[in-house]
Amino acid sequence: MTWHLPALPHLRALHPGAWWLWATGLATAASRTTNPLLLGLILAVAGYVVAARRTDAPWARAYGFYLRMGLVVVAIRVVFAIVVGAPVPGHVLVHLPEVTLPDWAAGVRLGGDVTLEGLLGAVYAGLQLATMLTCVGAANALANPRRLLRAVPGALYEVGVAVVVALSFTPQLVEGVTRVRAARRLRGRVHTGMRGLRGVAMPVLEGALERSVDLAAAMDARGFGRGAAEPGARRRSGALTLVGLLGVCVGLYGLMDATSPTALGLPVLVVGAAVAAAGLTLGSRRSTRSRYRPDLWRAQEWVVSCSGLVAALGVLIGAALDPAALAPSTSPLVAPTLPVLPTLALLVALLPAWVAPPPERHVEAVEPESSPAPARVEEVV
Amino acid sequence: MITFEHVGIRYTGSDAPVLSGVDLHVPEGELVLVVGRTGSGKSTLLRAVNGLVPHFTGGLLSGRVTVAGRDTREHRPRDLADVVGYVGQDPLSGFVTDTVEEELAYGMESLGVPPEVMRRRVEEMLDVLGMAAQRGRPLVTLSAGQQQRVAIGSVLTPHPRVLVLDEPTSALDPSAAEDVLALLQRLVHDLGMTVLMAEHRLERVVQYADRLVLVPGGGRPLVVGAPADVLATAPVAPPVVELGRLAGWTPLPLSVRDARRRAGELAARLGAAPVPFSPPPATGDLVAEVRGAIVRYDGRPALRGVDLQLRAGEVVALMGRNGAGKSTLLSTLVGLRSPDAGSVRVAGEDPAALPSRELVRRVGMVPQEPGDLLYADTVGQECAEADRDAGVPAGTAYAVFAGLVTGATPGQHPRDLSEGQRLALALAVVLAGRPPVVLLDEPTRGLDYPGKAALVQVLRGLAADGHAVVLATHDVELAATVTDRTVVLADGEVVSDGPSRDVVVSSPAFAPQVAKVLAPLPWLTVAEVAASLKAG
Repeated sequence: MTWHLPALPHLRALHPGAWWLWATGLATAASRTTNPLLLGLILAVAGYVVAARRTDAPWARAYGFYLRMGLVVVAIRVVFAIVVGAPVPGHVLVHLPEVTLPDWAAGVRLGGDVTLEGLLGAVYAGLQLATMLTCVGAANALANPRRLLRAVPGALYEVGVAVVVALSFTPQLVEGVTRVRAARRLRGRVHTGMRGLRGVAMPVLEGALERSVDLAAAMDARGFGRGAAEPGARRRSGALTLVGLLGVCVGLYGLMDATSPTALGLPVLVVGAAVAAAGLTLGSRRSTRSRYRPDLWRAQEWVVSCSGLVAALGVLIGAALDPAALAPSTSPLVAPTLPVLPTLALLVALLPAWVAPPPERHVEAVEPESSPAPARVEEVV
Repeated sequence: MITFEHVGIRYTGSDAPVLSGVDLHVPEGELVLVVGRTGSGKSTLLRAVNGLVPHFTGGLLSGRVTVAGRDTREHRPRDLADVVGYVGQDPLSGFVTDTVEEELAYGMESLGVPPEVMRRRVEEMLDVLGMAAQRGRPLVTLSAGQQQRVAIGSVLTPHPRVLVLDEPTSALDPSAAEDVLALLQRLVHDLGMTVLMAEHRLERVVQYADRLVLVPGGGRPLVVGAPADVLATAPVAPPVVELGRLAGWTPLPLSVRDARRRAGELAARLGAAPVPFSPPPATGDLVAEVRGAIVRYDGRPALRGVDLQLRAGEVVALMGRNGAGKSTLLSTLVGLRSPDAGSVRVAGEDPAALPSRELVRRVGMVPQEPGDLLYADTVGQECAEADRDAGVPAGTAYAVFAGLVTGATPGQHPRDLSEGQRLALALAVVLAGRPPVVLLDEPTRGLDYPGKAALVQVLRGLAADGHAVVLATHDVELAATVTDRTVVLADGEVVSDGPSRDVVVSSPAFAPQVAKVLAPLPWLTVAEVAASLKAG
């Protein structure tokens, strides 16, 4: 692919939170429809924005990875529908030999008729899940996951650091395994079985432990944990945050699961968010840390996150107005249509492809250094 | 600025104190160099300055350490972060963030420095480090010298008054080490920073030091004084000082420049003496051959058509900057990486195609991290397994080990060995199969002068026994002492290959100190000079 370099110089990266809100909006929209046309539209919108605005950083390859994962999900869903799904009456495509199961497995079917209706239902459901996954992939490709962690409130700072450290440890661990396996070959060992595993694992883990002790010393010497809140206050803010986040989870579930009562959705979400915010503010107040070049939230961030919100709202309202169009029936078979309001709302989510600042692209020379040959480690988050 | 008063330090679970009765005062603006043998307590002394000992490591500290008026008993390392900048031995394991800019800002964030001030200081520090072009680069992609500079810069941005460095140049090639030392020089001279630094490679740093602290080890009292005075009797000394001792110069020269200005008379005497003996090119059997080897990593060439022949009985130094392809060439020789084009033959076979058991009888390699080769719980077990792997009579490997090292017992855990002992154990394990080709990757990291002297004996013995030895190293002094032939790699190509004396005498980067002092005379080591003076 050749890239037309933007005429505008790089100004700044969009706040990662804005990309995540935009992607969450699209994922919420996908969760409310099984209409393959709408799902395809969501995939196209997310794909176009990713293609237009992703950087050449390692995490930017996440979109393709999630897309492949989505295809796997669809395939698994279809295979299960063919082999063990509940029988759906309709147009029989193939007849598979059926296995008679004992009484205790009543309700489960192995083989039997494969109908067009059953197959399509499975494809729709699989496509829905795949689309939601791909939306997460789009967020990962567009926003550096570590920069998102940098944006966490002060109260969650320690958690954020732990995750960042873990993220940089994984590639080091992989490199350690490569090195030790090479060393085993130098000793004339063939690496198989439990003894082989122990021979590789012990030096790698010992090395990792030494590194983490070094890192802890370096962090301590550089002022990590200075001016931390007293334990009582930390526990209080921690408890508040945890309860709040639990509320947010329940609320989101209620919102996304169409069968749960309405009271479980928006109200719980709002109350949970408020409690969590209170906990985080309480915890952050005592933090004396400052931030270097924090990501700013400006007009562009508002536009990007709101475009995601519009997409979600459009589909939610569409679902209320015309449920049949958003969940086209497969039994009896009905050709899916493209409802106007959700379609327009989803197209709004294309805005970030022009509004968000164009990415900075630079080519980096990486030289291989240590011996033996280091493994190439791709970061997949 | 830094004051130690009657300080004693004993780690938990050990009977003998590491340091005892330490009295030391470092005034503001001084650069103090801490020297001593491996395991003598240099790192412990450095870590006591910012309270990592005992707050982080545990142990018992008696007496008092104060920095800028703050007592380390009441202040934890994090409370001293604004007055002491501490850089550990391995910069990569101390990095908390993942890009240059964020790493420079990390310490200031912890201290709550306002954002505008942080921004300004990061920009200033990028200029001081000379790394403005690499500001957004991931830290892991930087070269070793750049990483070390970022590590130093990242503790400097909070504007500490003291900088503590543990072995800042040990792992660097000569020119990267010079970059780091130039940075330190600038900090001391222009910014009045107080620096306390430990370093094995005295030849690189001693001329910059205002004072020297010799840690004799075993809890004996420190020797503190002007570098020339302390080095007159110290067990560790760079070649230029040894040359001064030999020639009887007082005060002793500390830099090549000092020595060269006084070397006129010595050079005249040597001019009349017989030239040092250069061994003729090795004529032993051809034991390994690399022909037109090309190796790429992700499409980037690491070797671009390398030819190399190794003969029995020669010791070859493989030199070149970090990333020049030295380690890659060793990997191809030992069959860890087969070349994308070209051929490699070791004892007539392709090493990459050999089964592991056959491989160890033809070629052995000690990797950069000798500990990678070791995984048994005791030295004895390790040696026994090596014997079994190589199919040699029990006790072979241990006999080699015992010949290299004194004071280690078969019941010890390999991790409890000193750096030099661990290298010896790895070497013994490799030598058990008596491979005709022995490769060593950076064997002198963490070795002090006596450790190196022992290694030199071992390598000479191997060559005399008919092994071909290849040494990838940055250590020009070691290469000058032990090798007959030097191969210099640059950017994946062999740029010179010839007798060590011819290759290194004229090279600004790879010439040992004695050669620089006496150039254009062909003497490389103090021992050669001594021998010639005696003969003449």
